[in-house]
Amino acid sequence: MTDVAIVGIGMHPFGRHEGVSGMEQGAIAVRRACEDAGITWKDIQFAFGGSREAGDPDRMVSMLGLTGIQFINVSNGCATGGSALFSAFNAIRSGAFDIGIAIGFDKHPRGAFTPRTQTGTGVDWYGSSGLALTTQFFGMKINHYMQQYGISHRSLARVAAKAFRNGANNPMAWRRNALSEDEILQSQMLSYPLTQYMFCNPGEGGVALVMCRADIAHKYSSRPIFLRTSVVRSRRFGSFEVTAPHLALEHGDGPTIDASKAAFEQAGVGPQDIDVAQLQDTESGAEIMHMAENGFCEHGEQEHMLARGDTEIGGRLPVNTDGGCLANGEPIGASGLRQVYENVLQLRGAAGVRQVPNDPKVAYTHVYGAPGISGVTILSR
Amino acid sequence: MSEAVSISDEVLELTADGPRLIGARCEDCGNYVFPAQSGCSRCTGSRMQRVVLGTQGTLWAWTIQGFPPKSPPYLGDTARETFKPYGVGYVTIPGELKVEGRLTEADPKRLKEGMRMRLVTVPLRKDDNGRDIVTFAFEPVEGESP
Ligand SMILES: [Zn+2]
Repeated sequence: MTDVAIVGIGMHPFGRHEGVSGMEQGAIAVRRACEDAGITWKDIQFAFGGSREAGDPDRMVSMLGLTGIQFINVSNGCATGGSALFSAFNAIRSGAFDIGIAIGFDKHPRGAFTPRTQTGTGVDWYGSSGLALTTQFFGMKINHYMQQYGISHRSLARVAAKAFRNGANNPMAWRRNALSEDEILQSQMLSYPLTQYMFCNPGEGGVALVMCRADIAHKYSSRPIFLRTSVVRSRRFGSFEVTAPHLALEHGDGPTIDASKAAFEQAGVGPQDIDVAQLQDTESGAEIMHMAENGFCEHGEQEHMLARGDTEIGGRLPVNTDGGCLANGEPIGASGLRQVYENVLQLRGAAGVRQVPNDPKVAYTHVYGAPGISGVTILSR
Repeated sequence: MSEAVSISDEVLELTADGPRLIGARCEDCGNYVFPAQSGCSRCTGSRMQRVVLGTQGTLWAWTIQGFPPKSPPYLGDTARETFKPYGVGYVTIPGELKVEGRLTEADPKRLKEGMRMRLVTVPLRKDDNGRDIVTFAFEPVEGESP
């Protein structure tokens, strides 16, 4: 099979953009990615696009040019971007295409995500009863985890404070003001133990990545970044996932553990080889748990790692160097691709003031979404 | 006390002996699910039998819903001035499964994993006939204090 390279990256800033449709933000990201690769939309042979609330992605061909390409829409909750990337990766790897693009964009209304609950019965008793909020799952999972592994409220605040510090150094980020740990701890309690500033918000933005066969990558970029693997997994029996009216008595590994193990195996590297990581941080507890679920530490070790600053930009394993979901918000279709965009910048050595100083060679991304799906990528120079 | 009506007879039955949750059990592997569904999440089989679930258990994980959920779908009080936070948790029903439900307790200091809980109902709002639309919830068993 052919290896795959990322040769062009484009982004529309995340945040709130009155008067700019989500699809327009996606189209702007596509044009920037093509420009970065030194090509035009005419050179693109296929596209996979994801958006949850900003329209069917394939409609954007009317803005970009009607070239007749294969354009497939993907939808996978918070893992939509990861799924678009997986699809594009395999379209090239299989030999079906030489060059194509993965696109994600979105534009969500203000406030918490609207619950979407199909529990099998006719009535929406689940949402009507005041259950079915994703924020409740995040609160329960980290609350349970804190008691199991001795994670403190202070650690939750450390993660959020780091996100806003990194976001302040990212011109594409939404939240660009640093907040103190105490401000974060004292903000409104939304879903115990998680406060307002420990949660990311639905937002807007777009990202596009031009990918091609590795053997032709130097035609498009002097610094191609190689996509070593892209893995997506759904949940197995016994795992603890978002919006589940019941759980099994027995425990099984969640999809993040499965996706991570498969990705390391396929890429032929281990957690100790990763120089920079972007981990799903829909709230600060998620980043903490995902550090362990992705194999970067033992459960409970995060308490000391955060206190020591191990996951800061200058630390042993920088995590969420662009501010993550906490500082960027979460336009669902674009969020997973934002992580890859950031890792490409870091591996190119082009991340500016937030460049990790360890001369990174291998980078890792992880997304998690409803109803229990994870996507992992590993990139290298 | 006004007459009560279940949020959904498919998941919650109001009986003379109290509220009962309706789930299903797999005839092939014994796995329990809630609500009832046609296939087994454990063995992939499809011989599922309707069952009434146990009404007592222990608290496995919990949080507090601190802001009013969006309405629709939520049927309870969403006014910022009068909204009261409520607990949400998973309760382990021994030998069966863990059920997610509201908790009658909303004070973090009074909730503790492992505490004994029992099934009750809580009112969400009145229907057009003045009856209470109720959903299920779990309440700490008396004498249980963390
Ligand atoms: Zn079964």
